[in-house]
Amino acid sequence: MKDTSEQKLSHPNFLRRRAITGAVFTVPAFLFVLVFFLIPLVKVVIMSFQDYPLLGEIKWIGLSNYREAFADTELWRTVKVTLLYTVIVTPLLFSFALFMALLIKGTSKLTKFFRTIFFLPVVIGFGSASYLWYWFTDKMVGPMPEILRLLHLGTQSEPWIGSMPLALFVVIALVVWKFSSFQMILLMAAIQGIPSEVLEAAELDGATGIRQLRSVTLPLIKRTISLVLILSVAGSLLAFDQFYIVTGGGPDGSTITTVFDIYRQSFLQFRLGYGAALSVLAALALMLVSLVQSRVLRSSDDE
Amino acid sequence: MTNKMQIAPVRARFEKQILPLRAWVIVCSAISFLILTPLVTSLLSSLRRPTEAQESPPRLWPRHFSTESFRKLTGVSDGVWHYIANSLALSFGTLLGTVLLSVLAGFGFARFNFIGKKIFFGSILLMIMIPFQAILTPLYVIFSQLHLTNNLFGLCLIYITYQLPFSIFVMKNSFQAIPKSIEESAMVDGCTPWSTLRQVMFPLVIPGAISVALFAFFAAWNEFLAALILMTDQPHYTVPIMLTILNSRLYGQTDWGLMQAGVIVTMIPCVVLFLTLQKYYIQGLMAGSVKS
Repeated sequence: MKDTSEQKLSHPNFLRRRAITGAVFTVPAFLFVLVFFLIPLVKVVIMSFQDYPLLGEIKWIGLSNYREAFADTELWRTVKVTLLYTVIVTPLLFSFALFMALLIKGTSKLTKFFRTIFFLPVVIGFGSASYLWYWFTDKMVGPMPEILRLLHLGTQSEPWIGSMPLALFVVIALVVWKFSSFQMILLMAAIQGIPSEVLEAAELDGATGIRQLRSVTLPLIKRTISLVLILSVAGSLLAFDQFYIVTGGGPDGSTITTVFDIYRQSFLQFRLGYGAALSVLAALALMLVSLVQSRVLRSSDDE
Repeated sequence: MTNKMQIAPVRARFEKQILPLRAWVIVCSAISFLILTPLVTSLLSSLRRPTEAQESPPRLWPRHFSTESFRKLTGVSDGVWHYIANSLALSFGTLLGTVLLSVLAGFGFARFNFIGKKIFFGSILLMIMIPFQAILTPLYVIFSQLHLTNNLFGLCLIYITYQLPFSIFVMKNSFQAIPKSIEESAMVDGCTPWSTLRQVMFPLVIPGAISVALFAFFAAWNEFLAALILMTDQPHYTVPIMLTILNSRLYGQTDWGLMQAGVIVTMIPCVVLFLTLQKYYIQGLMAGSVKS
């Protein structure tokens, strides 16, 4: 056993050794981040200025990839459908999530039971959930068209994923089913965090029901609301699995999203340089969302 | 107002709901029904005779139950057991790597000052802001050059990296919640930082480590895009990518019962793990979203 004392903890040698120890603890994780994140990040920027086929010569072509991207009507179509999807999905997800959060904010056994059921779609993989809905909404064998037919609610004769508003509707239904409860849990935790005295005081002042929700509850969980909305916007802008599996980008490429386009350019047509340029543009757009996010969160902290 | 006063105590007994109790039960049951319908019908479809699963229009309740679709799944390409083995190896590899690296780094971040701390922290923030989809193209090129495509170990390294921001954050917070005096008395007793971490600190952060492990496992088991791009040969497929083999766009007529059997196999570990470790899952979820 080494000779130890209280003084040892503040000795300069000890502090220097601690600095080295701290670095040693974090170096392994940093190496992973360096090799599998920072280096590829630099590489994607370099590649975006190159003509980069899978095999063959790599050529510097300056801004050509970016020029092509901005001139490409196909790209604007993917951006438009991605934005349309985001604009529809975000309020839908949030409304369902908030409603469910209000329903299951309690702590009784029955509440917890319902909460567990509500939460099940969140834990299964997005890939398998997409294959499930691909089948579930299939016009020939799927239960959903059949149930709607039995309820006399719809007799769509074409395959759902074969025509445009319906194809998007199928994906949106899948995403609402899969992710509402994710937001629900976050909103629920925020609502539970409101001190009960505040709500009681509001009730004494006559604020109950919808009024209490609008003028007391929602303002108090503003931070969580903006967090949830931003997570949902960022996630929707990066949509891939659901479209790749459920619609395959169809009909006629009308549901090819931005990440789907990157996938297609890079890994189906092997135009890796162009794919890299699209990736850089997507990353910049997402960083913008992140910046807006931190602004919004900071301003809601200030109040 | 008086009416309200009379109802209040009754409601309080069942905690405060936004609806009267009976309406609340009905609404919650209806939502549960909507949420469970896809899951239950998928399970039923996987348990029909394969010919019955092809019927159009579908019967909602099967005439005959059969495990034939699941048995057929063992004959798909390399067989479902092969893909399950791939996914399990990948998921446990990701889990171990992530827990090890994030416990070490979390301890380092929580308790030490060192050169480069800011750079590392900045990189992690950058990782949160830049979506991983944006660097798949260069990762594919780098991995091709290193012969790491079609290599589960290579994919595992990527999964570990992308679990790190969340995991380090959770572990750092877990360590910071431990009073400094505990660690100091261990040091005064002659423990090195390494043995302090192993014998004194780690046992106290096990709940955080379980959340980290659970999320690493789920991420690796469920991830789709990177596995789709980097695993191009069928023997190296993971379970979610196996589902693409069952898709009609590639191989003519879809065997729907078979596809739903595949979906069920993919879901089972997630549902079982969630039901048994729900508490840690929810805790991790909260911690993870506070981060962003």
